[in-house]
Parts: sequence; structure tokens; C-alpha cells
Amino acid sequence: MEHQPPPFFKTGPTPLARLLIFSALSLAFLVADARFNYLLTLRQVAAVVVYPFQRIATAPASIARRIGEFFVTHGSLREDNARLARENFENATRLQQLEALRAENAQLRELLAIRGRIGVELAAAEVLYASRDPFTRKVIVDRGSRHQVLPGQAVIDNRGVVGQVTRVYPWLAEVTLVTDKGQFIPVQNLRNGLRAVLAGTGNDGALELRFIPLNADYQNGDRLVTSGIDGVYPPGLPVAQVMHVERSAAQIFARITCAPLGGVSNHAQVLIVRGARELPPRPVEEPKSPRARKSRKG
Amino acid sequence: MADARIAPHVILLPVKAGFIVLTLIAALLLNLLPWSGAALWIKPDFVALLVLYWCIEQPRKVGFVAAWLLGLFMDVADGSLFGQHALAYSILAYAGIVLHRRVRMFSGTPQVLHVVPLLLMNDLIVLGIRAAAGADFPGFQYFAGSFVAGALWLPLGVLLKLPQRPKPDPDHV
Repeated sequence: MEHQPPPFFKTGPTPLARLLIFSALSLAFLVADARFNYLLTLRQVAAVVVYPFQRIATAPASIARRIGEFFVTHGSLREDNARLARENFENATRLQQLEALRAENAQLRELLAIRGRIGVELAAAEVLYASRDPFTRKVIVDRGSRHQVLPGQAVIDNRGVVGQVTRVYPWLAEVTLVTDKGQFIPVQNLRNGLRAVLAGTGNDGALELRFIPLNADYQNGDRLVTSGIDGVYPPGLPVAQVMHVERSAAQIFARITCAPLGGVSNHAQVLIVRGARELPPRPVEEPKSPRARKSRKG
Repeated sequence: MADARIAPHVILLPVKAGFIVLTLIAALLLNLLPWSGAALWIKPDFVALLVLYWCIEQPRKVGFVAAWLLGLFMDVADGSLFGQHALAYSILAYAGIVLHRRVRMFSGTPQVLHVVPLLLMNDLIVLGIRAAAGADFPGFQYFAGSFVAGALWLPLGVLLKLPQRPKPDPDHV
């Protein structure tokens, strides 16, 4: 009764059945990743498999750069040397003042019994490539959990904050740039100390201060630095500069556009900031009792 | 097939599995090159292109497993949501396998006209998943890569069939 097809025609499940299986699996992964942040181990395994390919693919560019560095002309070397000597001299003078100010600051903080600012440790990392996904602003750097990089650490360059480590693989780490949509960073206006939260817009070179009242004192050219109240970013790192302030009576909030100070879209060396500030634990909110409200009324 | 017109009597040798793996790895490497700026926009998705090519040419050798695994690798390398490329490539592989007889009937430009909509569909799936996750529309240049891939389709076909050409018969004049 049973008519088995000859083995020549056996091809397993139909394409449609396979499509359903693989689509269901992909969708399950999507939901698990987007909603619950599961699958971290699987991601790590896949990352280890892809790692050699990533290194091979980025090798030609980095080798070319190194060869280019080798063949610098005598003239450019001398120019660089003169410039660096001048900068070094200028910086040394500033550093002397800084040392004195730091000592004074520490003394004053001690007098006022404020918790000291801990020194931060920096680890250099090289940007391997920017994410090819046009929807995200991320870069991959060549330091990972083997080099004590942890998710949440701030990433800076010589001019300011670049981003934050969001995913860590054994030898690589993913850095979400400050310009990524959905990346927030608590900042402070250097001129007047106003605190705000700076949000990425998803466009290169544009950041946005949200929910700022119309009468808040922001001007073009104001520099924003990290406020450090989140305990993630060390305080005082330059982040952005206010480029445009738009106050319209039709809106409740001012529209403030800023440009990042760090080389967000440059492929270069970055520094990973280790050692977050230890903040005291958040005070526990006391449940409001009806008696307390009554006493305030009376 | 593209070269059927040129030499209709040539029977191609069977393709080696190692060669397919090699080309897929090369496509992955091409995708992982540090592209930036305008090159990033017009860059075709080489993995999608190669997956579609092999699904049309060798649907019994390359299929869902390869497409899906390559999709996962691309997701990890891009730092995007896990599974978005895997889903897109699986659907692309399905389209390739279902349409392979039809597409191979054609040669030249009509074949490209089959391929470009499939690659655009691949882009649209990724776009749809990103939109569902809350991303903005990146602009129409996002689709440029698929048209470049369509332009590459015919040269790619000639190139990838080179190892399958039979060796010239020394006895034959």
C-alpha cells in the first residue's frame, strides 16, 4: 500500500515548510533579543565565530595606515615635532595650575566633607569599523571582556565623549555613539551649571536637549559637560556644544540642537574610561502615610 | 543562464562544495570591510547577493541553513537586533529556491529584473523589522545597494562559473 518515493526524489521538507521553520526561529530570536535581552550566550558564540573574519576584513585598512605612517616625510615630522613641543609647553603651564587647583579642590572638599572625585583609569582601544547598519550609530573597538571592558563604561577621545560600551564580546566591544537614537547622557551647562539630559537623534553630528523650558538660559556656543550624577560617566567630560536654540511660543519646550565635541564619526583611537564613581545607595522612598499629609495641611 | 547563449554546447562541470563555501566566506569578508560614507550607501549586500545566486544555481546544495547562519553572523557583526538578517536571508533563500527554474530560463537583463526585486524585498524586510523596533526611515539611498547588486549580477555569474568550465580537450582541434 505504501508507495515510498525513490531516494532520488527525497529532498526533505518542502521549501515552504523550511521557510516557516527558519522564519519562526528568526522571529523568536528577534523578540527574545528586543524585549527580554536573552540569547547573550548565543550572541557571544556567534561573535567568536565572526571575530577572525572581522579582523581579516579590517586588516588591509590598518596595515595600509601603518605603512602610511612609516613613510612620513622629514618635513612633516619636523612640523609635527615643533607643534607638539609648543603644545607640550602650553599644556605644561596649564598642568602646573591644574595641580595646584586639584590640591586646593581636594582640600576644600575635605573641609566640606564632600566625597572626593575618584581618579579614572583609561584604556586605549582602536576603532575597527563603524556599524554598517544605517539605522544605528555604533562602532566596534578591539578591546573586549578579556581586557576588563564592561558594558556601561564611557568611551572618550581627545576632544570629548564619544559613546558608551553597550555590548562586550571576548575580544571586541560594541560602542554606541552619543548620536545614536535612544542614547542619553546626563549633562551640565558649563556656563551656568544647568543640568539636562542630552539625547542622540540618529543623525551624525546632531544631538538634542529635550524638555527644556522656554525660559531656560541656553545660548549658542554653550559647552555641555557630563554631570556625573548617573554614576556612569565621570563628571566634567566635554560632550557637546549648543549650536542652535529655537524658542517658539507655539511649543512648550525649547528646541536646542547641539553638535558633539568628540570625533564621533572618525575612525581613530578612543579611550575607554574604567572605574565609575561609587555613588551612595539611592534613598528608599518612604510610603506616604495619610497622617503625614494631614499634618502638612494643618 | 548568462553564458548559455555564448556556448550552448558546453556542459558545465559540477560545482565543488568547497568553492561555494569559499565564495560565501569571501562575501562575508566583503561585507565586513570598513566601508564608510557614500561607499556605505551604494555598497551591495554581498552576502544577500551570493545567497540568492547559489539558491538559484544550486538549490540542492545551498539553502536555508547557510542563509540563516550567515544572517546571524551579519547581525552580530553589525550589532543589530539578533535575527533580523537571519529572517531576511531565509525569505530570500526561499524566493531563490522557489523561483530558481524560472529565473534560469532567462538570460541577461530579464534575469536581473528578477533579482533586483528580490534584493529590494530583502531590504524591505530589514527596514520593516527596524521600523517595528522604533527606527526612523533612513532615506531612499538605503535601497541603492540593491541596484548596484543587480548591476553586478551578470559579471558575477560569469565569474562564478569559471571553475565549472570544462578543461579544453587537447585532442580536439
